[in-house]
Amino acid sequence: MAYYPQLVSLIILIPAIGAFINIFWGARLGEKWVGTVATVASALAFVIAVLLFVYLEGSGYEAVVINPPIFDGWIQIPAGEVVIPWQQRVDTLSSTMMLIITGIGTLIHVYSISYMHGDARFHRYFAYLNMFLAFMLVLVTANNFLMMFVGWEGVGLCSFLLIGFWFDKAHGVGWRNTMAANKAMLLNRIGDFGVVMSVLIMFWTFGTTDYFRPAEIVNVHLAEEAAHAAEAAHSEEGAVAAEGEAANKPGDVVLAQEGEGEGAAAEEAHGEEHSTPGVVYVNNDHIETDQLGVFGQAERFLDEGRVIDIGPVQLPFSTWLTIMTLFLVLGVTGKSAQIPLFTWLPDAMAGPTPASALIHAATMVTAGVYIMVRSNVLFYYAPVTSFVVAMIGALTALVAGFIAMGQWDIKRVLAYSTVSQLGFMVAAVGIGAYAAAIFHLVTHAFFKALLFLGSGSVIHAMEHGHHHAHSHGHGHDDEHHGDDHHDAHEEEFDPQDMRNMGGLRRKMPLTFITYLFGTLALAGIFPFAGFWSKDEILADSWVAGFDNNNLAGYIVFIILLMAAAFTAFYMWRQIVLVFFGKPRTEAAEHAPESSRLITIPLVILGFFSLGIGFMNTPSYVLGLDNIFGAHLFTDRLEYSVSKAHASEFNLLIALGATALAVAAMFLANNIYRRSAIIEARRDPLEMLPTTAPFWSLANARMYWDAFYSRVFARPFTRIAYFLSDVVDWRFLHDYFHDVVIWKGFNAAAQGLSKPVDLGVIDGAVNGVGRVFGWLSSQLRQIQTGYVRTYALSLLVGVVLVILVILLPLLQRG
Amino acid sequence: MLQLPSLETLNMGAALPAISIAAWACILLLIDLWIPKDRKILTVYLAAGNLVFAFIANLLVFNQSGDSFMGMYVADQFSGVMNLIIIGTALLSIVLSFDYLKRVGIERGEYYVLVLFVTAGAMFMAAANDLILIFVALELLSIPLYVLSAFRAPDIRSEEAGMKYFLLGAFASAFLVFGGAMVYGATGTTNLNEIAASAGMIIASNSSTSLFLLLGAALLLVGLGFKVAAVPFHEWTPDVYEGAPTPVTAFMSVAAKLGGFGSLLRILVVGMSAVTMTAGEPAVWQNVVAILAGLTMIVGNIVALSQANIKRMLAYSSIANAGYILMAVAAAGSPGLANEATRGALVYMLAYMFTNMGAFAVVIAVERANGGADLEHFVGLGKARPMLAIMMVVFMMSLTGIPLTGGFIGKALVFATTLNAGLVWLAIIGVLTSVVSAYYYVRVIVNMFLRDAEASTEEATPGYSTGVQWVAAVALGGTVLLGVLPTLITVLTDRVSLVASITP
Repeated sequence: MAYYPQLVSLIILIPAIGAFINIFWGARLGEKWVGTVATVASALAFVIAVLLFVYLEGSGYEAVVINPPIFDGWIQIPAGEVVIPWQQRVDTLSSTMMLIITGIGTLIHVYSISYMHGDARFHRYFAYLNMFLAFMLVLVTANNFLMMFVGWEGVGLCSFLLIGFWFDKAHGVGWRNTMAANKAMLLNRIGDFGVVMSVLIMFWTFGTTDYFRPAEIVNVHLAEEAAHAAEAAHSEEGAVAAEGEAANKPGDVVLAQEGEGEGAAAEEAHGEEHSTPGVVYVNNDHIETDQLGVFGQAERFLDEGRVIDIGPVQLPFSTWLTIMTLFLVLGVTGKSAQIPLFTWLPDAMAGPTPASALIHAATMVTAGVYIMVRSNVLFYYAPVTSFVVAMIGALTALVAGFIAMGQWDIKRVLAYSTVSQLGFMVAAVGIGAYAAAIFHLVTHAFFKALLFLGSGSVIHAMEHGHHHAHSHGHGHDDEHHGDDHHDAHEEEFDPQDMRNMGGLRRKMPLTFITYLFGTLALAGIFPFAGFWSKDEILADSWVAGFDNNNLAGYIVFIILLMAAAFTAFYMWRQIVLVFFGKPRTEAAEHAPESSRLITIPLVILGFFSLGIGFMNTPSYVLGLDNIFGAHLFTDRLEYSVSKAHASEFNLLIALGATALAVAAMFLANNIYRRSAIIEARRDPLEMLPTTAPFWSLANARMYWDAFYSRVFARPFTRIAYFLSDVVDWRFLHDYFHDVVIWKGFNAAAQGLSKPVDLGVIDGAVNGVGRVFGWLSSQLRQIQTGYVRTYALSLLVGVVLVILVILLPLLQRG
Repeated sequence: MLQLPSLETLNMGAALPAISIAAWACILLLIDLWIPKDRKILTVYLAAGNLVFAFIANLLVFNQSGDSFMGMYVADQFSGVMNLIIIGTALLSIVLSFDYLKRVGIERGEYYVLVLFVTAGAMFMAAANDLILIFVALELLSIPLYVLSAFRAPDIRSEEAGMKYFLLGAFASAFLVFGGAMVYGATGTTNLNEIAASAGMIIASNSSTSLFLLLGAALLLVGLGFKVAAVPFHEWTPDVYEGAPTPVTAFMSVAAKLGGFGSLLRILVVGMSAVTMTAGEPAVWQNVVAILAGLTMIVGNIVALSQANIKRMLAYSSIANAGYILMAVAAAGSPGLANEATRGALVYMLAYMFTNMGAFAVVIAVERANGGADLEHFVGLGKARPMLAIMMVVFMMSLTGIPLTGGFIGKALVFATTLNAGLVWLAIIGVLTSVVSAYYYVRVIVNMFLRDAEASTEEATPGYSTGVQWVAAVALGGTVLLGVLPTLITVLTDRVSLVASITP
């Protein structure tokens, strides 16, 4: 067991090797092997993640820091005494992320084998997926901000590559895909500027970017508690003790280690804990400030009330912390698609659906939430930033949820839904509910991956159905080519448009049931996963607002409640449009159920969407905590997220939120069952005069993209055009260059050439060159080619050397 | 009575890499007699195989420091790293040579045997811990090199090169032996560790013995300075480099330097670091080495400016590079800096090895295609053979010391130790001459890319051989890898500590 954590370097290496193999030999290996290599790499990573999880369970959740051998001093600048280690951190938070990334990643690999079948760049797709896994795992296992940033940029690259994966599709689709990829890249660069600034500030302030140094105790509170428990155990049971028996229980590691001094235990219980060197420390007081990681140092600085001198002004450390974290938040808004940088995520759906599921729903976009929770100490002590974060999250949740109600594209609805749910998580971080944010991250990863994969299954089926109908109509043979869905068809047909669907419930029952599971989970219906996590965020914001009198809490609670209603509404709208009613097109009529490789991952994810919420059941709810245990997840998370806390269940909120969601679903059901309007390719809300303006606002994505394009993109293009065409070409080149410089220079040159140019300028410029040239030729002349001169100069050298070396001796006399 | 040492005390295992090469060279000389003239590639394989064997053997003994031949040969991490670089050089130049020899019509098996002898000599020099062994190893290194320089025998310039090199080399060897004798006279021993033990006392005693010791040190410095082509003992270099067959030039510009610096570092750091006027000050020889380094950098770089022949340019550039390594040697004279400086020099030599071998590979390819290695022959190369030209760009940038190349890492480390040693003026000279050097390195790039050839070169472009291609590619890989991931080599060099081996 003890060597399990060493495996963490392999968890990165294995997918990286998979990507390497597929990039270089993938084209020759053939689809079968490419798929196998990639999936096996991912599955092995998952096995390692499970082993690490088992290790943590067995070792009492204490974090382990691993130094992989080769990269030990990853960045070393001896002159500046900068050493940034390539250290990987195994703790409950990173273990959670690793399980999600590799687990869902493996399912998506399996799914992709069928989904991408026949694609010309099959191997490249899998290489990207594996590369993504590797970088994402770098991101979550890093023990310092710089290494995290390597992963952060790496996943950004993979995201870019996969969004633009079909850059060569016909009929302008390829161009759209490319633009979507570019958009993601550019908006993320804005965010990355924030991350870089934040990391630089951290490094400048603390002299390190490590989260925690290996010897540090993350959660002092827990460690002290454990120590007290151990003391109590010793003093009570000391006499009776069946020696060391109790020590084997997980969670009592501190006790076990203290138990080493068995005989002295009774005395130790009375004396001070850290008076003897062998004893286990319960806090970090013994570590010098500059030996602490970023978070530890930040806490010390706050205690000391340190003042940061940044040249012109002096800032109290708390202000400095606010600036630092605000920059980080900018990065989060880019990566996790929050206002104002969220517009790339809906467009990112241009990529292959399974990639969207993995990268743009389940894992990469949650990196922002992850890093905020990782830095929970910083955010905890920066109330201004936390308020900003809460507002950003809540607003994003609301705005994206609103826009999702007016979309026709099945994936776009899910994309906005993802943005909205990320808003939930970010808002949770903003009100200090770090555990709830990660909990929602976990449950969301499952049900949103499920929904995306389900939508992929639907799209796939629609394409097949369309092809089927198409070939029948024209009397061609029915032979199916798997790669059809990648080539644009002759006529305009959008397999992602929900208006073309309908009635798929009977055509693809398995997809329907799993999709329903995902929807119910997302809408937050008991007992699905989303119910527990969303309720925890709401309950936490209620506590923050009404009990702790935090303004952000009130706002977040109210806005998130609205957003939750929106969520239920647009998801049920989608269910009705896609699965209920009658098929509205030939394609929907002939849509077949997808293959096993696609449905099996759906069923597995469906199972988790139902059950994963029970891992963090609150106490005293329907006796469930007797079966599943009370907030197990939060308890574990506290070992790595020191400011996390378990929330209390609030029956009123749970019932209210559920009732609201159910009501929204009923409303959607009533509205969209009127299929006649939809057959006319219109939305019922569009037809009602009261709701029409809102609907078109949502349909136009609240003009958010249009606003950006008007305010930033178009002026930028205009300025660029003006600079290039008018200023540079017409003015500088045509006028200034030709007229002023050319003619003017000619005229001036006539007058000046003889005396000034030849005399002064040429002299000065060429002088330097000439000196060297002269030196060079002089020195060269020594090179006569005669051995005798060479020998002579050698002798001169000997004399010189002897003189110089004897000089000190001569001086001494 | 004469006591025969037992095999155990000889402990030859530690010296296995070097011994295996020397021994196999003798055997290969015989084997070669039976290899028909048109199948000399077999000799190449046999020689290369031996080098690979030695490489692996060296990796095996890398961590087992020990000494052979009763303290004469020290196998430690320093010689381990040096051996890696030397064997790498030999391998690259053998691959580089085969095609060239065939083309020029001097394909004889002795060539590879001689290369092996030089390799063994260089390895012995880097590991020798005794003045006598240093001298023997130096001759083992030098004599085959004289022959190799004249290997293109009917060619008058090659003969001249060999002759000049031999005469001046003998001259320099004499100084080395003389210096060794004086040191022996002063200390009564030729073992470097024992010299170190008594040197401090001798200097402190203020007797005439200290004069002998310092004179000896000066003359040893001259002998080795000649080998590494330090100014003012450098004048043979351009003539010999230009006259010798190009692969030989490539080989000797690296191998002879490696051997020379290996011994120089051992003598000065292990044997003479205690030679200080007052304890805690830099060693006495620091000044003179620093002056030599400064002169070497200045002269090497400035004369290189006016060279139109790339081989000559590279010859002067190799002189200049010796100056940069000498900087590190000078820095090693400051107390407490010996190890850091040694490591810097090692990394620099490795980077220089890759870069220089690569540059010569490109020169050979151009010579073959365009019939010469003048600057003019490089005109338009960027268009005619873009890959080759791009490789050359990387090598030139590495020689200049531009980041992301090995040359940069080497220079950075060397400059850092020089500054740490307080030799600020030397570091300034280093930086300024680097700037000067950029002129003639970039000139090659300019000629390749920015000037168009008047006559189309396309007709006269026979493809260059695979061997040369491989060498250029490997050198490119090494140069870039070292520049991007210096940890790969610093992991090894960080274990090197010459000073620790001073255990009397």
